[in-house]
Amino acid sequence: MCESTLKPILQTDNLTKRFSRVLAVDHLSFTLGQGTITALLGGNGAGKTTTLSMLLGLLTPSSGSIRLFDQDFIGNRFSVLRKMNFSSPYVDLPQRLTVRENLTVYAKLYGVQNVAERIDQVSCEFRLNELLDRRLRKLSSGQKTRVSLAKALINRPEFLLLDEPTASLDPDTTSWIRDFLSNYRDSREATILFASHDMREVELLCDNVLLMKKGKLVEQGSPSQLLDKYDRENLEQVFLELSKEETGA
Amino acid sequence: MIAGASLGRISALLLRYLYLLRSSWPRIIEIAYWPTMQMVIWGFVSQHFSSSSPELTAGGILISVVLVWDCLFRSHISYTLSFLEELWSRNLGNLFVSPLRPSELIVALASISMMRTLIGMLPAAFLAIPFFDVSVFEMGLPLLGFFLNLVLTGWAISQFVTGILIRYGLGAESLTWVIPFLIAPFSCIYYPLSTLPSWMQSIAVYIPTTYVFEGMRALLVNGVFKPDLMLQGFILNIVYLMVGVVVFFISFQAARRHGLLLQSGE
Repeated sequence: MCESTLKPILQTDNLTKRFSRVLAVDHLSFTLGQGTITALLGGNGAGKTTTLSMLLGLLTPSSGSIRLFDQDFIGNRFSVLRKMNFSSPYVDLPQRLTVRENLTVYAKLYGVQNVAERIDQVSCEFRLNELLDRRLRKLSSGQKTRVSLAKALINRPEFLLLDEPTASLDPDTTSWIRDFLSNYRDSREATILFASHDMREVELLCDNVLLMKKGKLVEQGSPSQLLDKYDRENLEQVFLELSKEETGA
Repeated sequence: MIAGASLGRISALLLRYLYLLRSSWPRIIEIAYWPTMQMVIWGFVSQHFSSSSPELTAGGILISVVLVWDCLFRSHISYTLSFLEELWSRNLGNLFVSPLRPSELIVALASISMMRTLIGMLPAAFLAIPFFDVSVFEMGLPLLGFFLNLVLTGWAISQFVTGILIRYGLGAESLTWVIPFLIAPFSCIYYPLSTLPSWMQSIAVYIPTTYVFEGMRALLVNGVFKPDLMLQGFILNIVYLMVGVVVFFISFQAARRHGLLLQSGE
């Protein structure tokens, strides 16, 4: 269990998802404390996206439980979803709408007060001011990622789930996003869970790492704990070490 | 209102569809284009038959039934196309990680469908007056009943189609265009119920649109309004709409079980 001393925001207990014969997530149990940034790591098919989908209410677990903000999320997700948000480069926003229109729609869906003011804030934070009245389909992939992140922050979520948050971004913007997420966590005591393949990003940003393999949680701890345990210089080497075990190399 | 539903979220989603609509002027024109073309073509057909077969065109019935039938088609297409927009733009994942409830999506889709249907049908109905001297508005209050009945039928069909789309994805997109025509032969749009062979009649009595067009003929040809036909149409529509909503919810739950909401555009 991670961060047992912090107020738990998310608790999963034996969370399992089976797709006919495939066991995608196998009895996953972990806890995320308030104000932590956690990376969900694993190779392709490890079960990261399936786990995120269940934590977002997009996928019904086969068994197990999810408690979010001390409420049963599986049976009562609507009361909790307003405190959360999500961004993924693999889930698009409507391309024919402008950035401002997209942000307005999502601000209203999340019940944000003073929508125009909030859009001004997030567009400043994500450097979108000059893009606000452009249609999403006219933007570069990096700009779309920034819009998607702005949408994910529009309701000032207490629990933020991100799938590869810095995909398609240049190094400068990637570094800026990392700092932004870190500051957001500090200022709002928000809890952030993100899936990433960028081990450098994970080392720089995360308090905790959850490492999945074949649907199971095989490692968890802080980046420094994992480096010590495996006697490696960086997380990429740890990841490769575990991948070797997987392939039997 | 549905338990737990929020007017704010419904209006947010409605705003999304209105933004989409205003983003393209050809789309707005297209909404009114097809009903107007239908009206023009059937108007000339009606004029052609008016001398040889006056019973076919009495009271402007041919143009009126074409316009009213199109209300069903437009309400269904408007509902389903707005839903398809979410699939095409791969936006369902974002929508359903927000506090939006499926019931709110249904209400928003029905609202935009009503708006688009009116945008599409009103110009055609008004243009029929100077072009062919036929005013559907002369039916008076019963027109509202016929209109609402057909819109409800359109939405009932949409529930089934969107249920299939959410479960099976864009591979089932063609059903959007095909399904309304499945009920057309049984609906007795251009001919009375008695024209159908008995086996078709036994099916037609379970189709709400049959009662709408039988009622319209009674009103336009004989000048008699039959509230019993209107009521039967409404009862059947309510039943099918409820069954359709149940089918949609079952499909939505199946999509959640199979993880289809994140990959719905693929």
